[in-house]
Amino acid sequence: MADFWRRYRRNKGAVVGLVVLILVVIMAATAPWLFPGSPWDMASAPFMPPGEMGMWLGTDSLGRDVAAGIAHGARISLLVGAVSTVAALSVGVTLGAIAGYLGGFVDDVVMRFTEFFQTIPSFVLAILLVAIFTPTIGSVVAAIAIVSWPPVARVVRAEFLSLRSREFVQAAEVLGKSRIAIVLGDILPNALSPIIVLASLMVASAILLESALSFLGLGDPNLMTWGFLIGSGRSVIRLAWWMSVFPGLAIFVTVLSLNLVGEGLSDALNPRLARGRA
Amino acid sequence: MEAGKLPGFLARRLLKAVAVVLAIVICNFFLVHAAPGDPASVMAGQSGAADAVFMEQLRRQFGLDQPLHVQLWIYLKSVLTLDLGFSHRQQMGVAALIMERLPATLLLTGAAFAFAVVGGVTLGALAAQRVGSWADSFITILALTFYATPLFWVGLMLVLVFSVWLEWLPSFGMSSVGAGYEGWAHVWDVAQHLLLPALTLGLFYLAVYARLTRATMLEVQDQDFVKTARAKGVPEGRITRAHVLRNAMLPVITFAGIQAGQLVGGSILVETVFAWPGIGRLAFEALLARDYAVLLGVFFCTSVIVVLFNLATDLLYAIIDPRVEVG
Amino acid sequence: MSLLRVENLTVALPPGADRAHAVEGISLTLEAGEILCVVGESGSGKSITANAVMGLLPKGLPVKSGALELLGQDLRGLASEELRKLRGDRMAMIFQEPMTALNPLMRVGDQIAEALQVHGAGGNAAARVQELLAAVNLPDPAAIAKSHPFRLSGGQRQRVMIAMALALEPALLIADEPTTALDVTTQMQILRLIREIQSRRGTGVLFITHDFGVVAEIADRVAVMQHGRIVEQGNAAQVLNAPEHPYTKALIAAVPKGAAERDLPPPAPELLRVLGLRKTYSRGGWFSGRVSVPAIQDADFSLARGETLGVVGESGSGKSTLARCIVKLVVPEAGEIRFDGTDLRPLSRAGWKPYRSRVQMIFQDPYASLNPRRLVGEAIAEGPITHGLPRAEALDRARELLALVQLDPSAMARYPHEFSGGQRQRIGIARALAMRPELLIADEPVSALDVSVQAQVLALLADIRKKFGLTMLFITHDLRVAAQICDRVAVMSRGAIVEMGPTSEVFANPRHAYTQALLASIPGRGWTAPAAA
Repeated sequence: MADFWRRYRRNKGAVVGLVVLILVVIMAATAPWLFPGSPWDMASAPFMPPGEMGMWLGTDSLGRDVAAGIAHGARISLLVGAVSTVAALSVGVTLGAIAGYLGGFVDDVVMRFTEFFQTIPSFVLAILLVAIFTPTIGSVVAAIAIVSWPPVARVVRAEFLSLRSREFVQAAEVLGKSRIAIVLGDILPNALSPIIVLASLMVASAILLESALSFLGLGDPNLMTWGFLIGSGRSVIRLAWWMSVFPGLAIFVTVLSLNLVGEGLSDALNPRLARGRA
Repeated sequence: MEAGKLPGFLARRLLKAVAVVLAIVICNFFLVHAAPGDPASVMAGQSGAADAVFMEQLRRQFGLDQPLHVQLWIYLKSVLTLDLGFSHRQQMGVAALIMERLPATLLLTGAAFAFAVVGGVTLGALAAQRVGSWADSFITILALTFYATPLFWVGLMLVLVFSVWLEWLPSFGMSSVGAGYEGWAHVWDVAQHLLLPALTLGLFYLAVYARLTRATMLEVQDQDFVKTARAKGVPEGRITRAHVLRNAMLPVITFAGIQAGQLVGGSILVETVFAWPGIGRLAFEALLARDYAVLLGVFFCTSVIVVLFNLATDLLYAIIDPRVEVG
Repeated sequence: MSLLRVENLTVALPPGADRAHAVEGISLTLEAGEILCVVGESGSGKSITANAVMGLLPKGLPVKSGALELLGQDLRGLASEELRKLRGDRMAMIFQEPMTALNPLMRVGDQIAEALQVHGAGGNAAARVQELLAAVNLPDPAAIAKSHPFRLSGGQRQRVMIAMALALEPALLIADEPTTALDVTTQMQILRLIREIQSRRGTGVLFITHDFGVVAEIADRVAVMQHGRIVEQGNAAQVLNAPEHPYTKALIAAVPKGAAERDLPPPAPELLRVLGLRKTYSRGGWFSGRVSVPAIQDADFSLARGETLGVVGESGSGKSTLARCIVKLVVPEAGEIRFDGTDLRPLSRAGWKPYRSRVQMIFQDPYASLNPRRLVGEAIAEGPITHGLPRAEALDRARELLALVQLDPSAMARYPHEFSGGQRQRIGIARALAMRPELLIADEPVSALDVSVQAQVLALLADIRKKFGLTMLFITHDLRVAAQICDRVAVMSRGAIVEMGPTSEVFANPRHAYTQALLASIPGRGWTAPAAA
């Protein structure tokens, strides 16, 4: 573990990313205290530019505080990112593990299914799913998970496939260990690094996907989100640039820091402890 | 692959493509049935649901009083004869609506794709030649930035800078309203309108292709056959062109196939931002009106485009790489 | 004037490596028409020497001092463009891995023609390419020229590489382990080809190898390298038969000695009987036809208690599949595997479990056969624990076994990556022995090891076999290893056992044509390593 931190720290960008990410999480956690009351309530006159009347980031067309919207939106973005990633991971890891470990016909069926989901335009499917099942936070999370699991399944399957034929797994078979013990004790721990790295990137892309859906008006109508803020600022961009710029920056900073953390994890996990011949 | 085996290969890939398209149709069918409410009201959408005559017509047309498998059969038959339903709101057949908007989308995605591939491969190759050079840092920053920026926001920011502040380029539509340009003037007008949306859609993929090209070129450079070429005295420039680049293109082609779907999905956002009159914009309008027949049609149609594009990349790959097995 | 003169060559290693220099103070000369073998174990710097001559060292390994002269011309002083012009023209090189040494996307003929074109000799390239392909004894040169590399076998690709290297009739040919990746019969063909071409054209050959058999087969002179230095140099007969330096002596002593006369073990009850075993692999997708490849065809053999049976064959002969079928890593579709009277083949996973402790296996690749995330002690103890031995007892047993395989008990709490290949192989052996097996299946247990380590592991195996009265099925591609350790051998070819009998008998009087070809291909078979002094 100490070793892991030493390698992680060597990547300066990853350290910055981690610090920023923690700040965003703190902002999300403390939003109800930082900006008490509903972010939907009018806080000042409409279209106030940033800095005026105590509104650092200005107000929107209905006089709502953009800063409050961003702070409260962080809660939704992070929540949706985390939950949909967990859901996509559990589907992807399970399917990938089954396909990779069992191989043969099962592998064929699972991989055709995965390929199908990778071929169809995933964003269009996500739109369709949320639209048909009415936009709620649940349908948004489900739609994001449904379109995000295939890459996980492919990575996990490839790892399992290659690990399954490694001699130490064969040795475990010859020792008479049970299938579950082999999968959990010998294969999965050695496949974990790419899954962890992928997960950090998936949270990032889930946040992007959520913002795109709510930009198109497919967010939960009761919840303030970053994408919604940008969407509502789109038509008045000539009048109030701040309405679109600041929420976009919030997304950028959050997703960038997640990507940097992902790179750091990849650096720290990859000195190929798992790959022998180091 | 050997030229003689191409027809067989093509036939098998076509078969696979047809299977995928069928699966998409079935997927659509079950989506309609899984949705809350009566399938007819889903197909009719919000605006059509009030019209009792239209609803009755839909119920008859899709055999909604019949068992599920019969309904599926009816649905399959209608989609495969390119009857994608009727948009009550637009008072037009969905297929006709899509065909009307398709050229604009193809122009946009095609331009963005070409920009991304040509620019990305060039930048990536430059970066791989000299690790640590300006090209190398540039693509690293570009990739980090665009991996983290929502596509629609990039579009808005470009509008803000180039249309609102600098007033250099138009911010919406495909051509100037009422200008009535013809010939080259029209082409120039469309090109100006195309620039920002194509940049928006293409920049992210440019970064992706640049990184991919850089990574695979560095990998190929370390392979044994490159050393063989060096050992027989092939000059460096020729090694890069004839040996490294060609092998490095294989993963790029594979990736182009995989991300075709994302490119089409991205065009919905970009067309929405720039009011580009393609099927993405059509989907957004349908979304606002909850016009599900059109949304399902767009999903079907974009899927078919992606499948066709994958077919093309598979074929290209097979032509370049002799090792592709038939199957 | 010598063809090649290397004087006091020193090549630096990047800072932080295990030694300061990749090679240090190397001096050697090569005359036209001569074959000089540079021999050493992995990491001795022999390949670095070859690459330094060609000017193909990676950036991290600069030549620090010394002289390199080809035909009297100073190579170190040349601009990179001048050096490029010499490469492929006056000096050429072939490599170890024929499977990856050719551009997979380019036709073979075009790759040879390229060598001609870049040196301005591209006129009439097509005809010249066919001549060259014919000169390396490839059948149907016209068809081969139009093929892509993946259509050719390893041996054919290595011939193509040789044709390419010879395109401009270079004065110097550097061969970097050119036969290591090849099967023994193919190896012999390539060695003969190099010999023949070299004597016909008077080319000087710098031949890098780790195998003293190959040295005995081909060398005029030998230079032995250790840790980046040449420790002994001289003509082949002298170095092979009367080595002077202790390292050379140790290396030569470690070469397996071939079939010694040995007493057959007294008759013992049968432990394993395999009858009519068959395994076919098939591949193909939903949208294409399936292809079936027979891996094992009706294999029959038996093993008596305490006996060691060697299964020898070239790659693809099915010998590894056979081993894996017996422990159910591969499921055969027909036949009987009768172990101590019970047919194991139809048994389920659960039914097999009691036999897991009685039949154990050791694997080929010491870098892949241990779970990198499990402590060595845990790895050895986990088998017995799985079979119900209390944890403390299992760990005690692991500690005893580490001592048995000559590893320090502190190894218990370390991870596999802290050990060398030979040490890891000992850990693998301890893991198998922890189950107290009656039958031990060894799948190429020494083929990934350097020759001196190989000898130690073979000695260890012979030792534990005697100590525990183990029955052993020993899979190997190396006939010399089989001859040294096996009571009987079975020769496999294309999935079938073509000949089986007592080792000395098979080696002395091979009956099957394939066995005869195999034995005739053992490199340096005319040479017997002198006993260690």
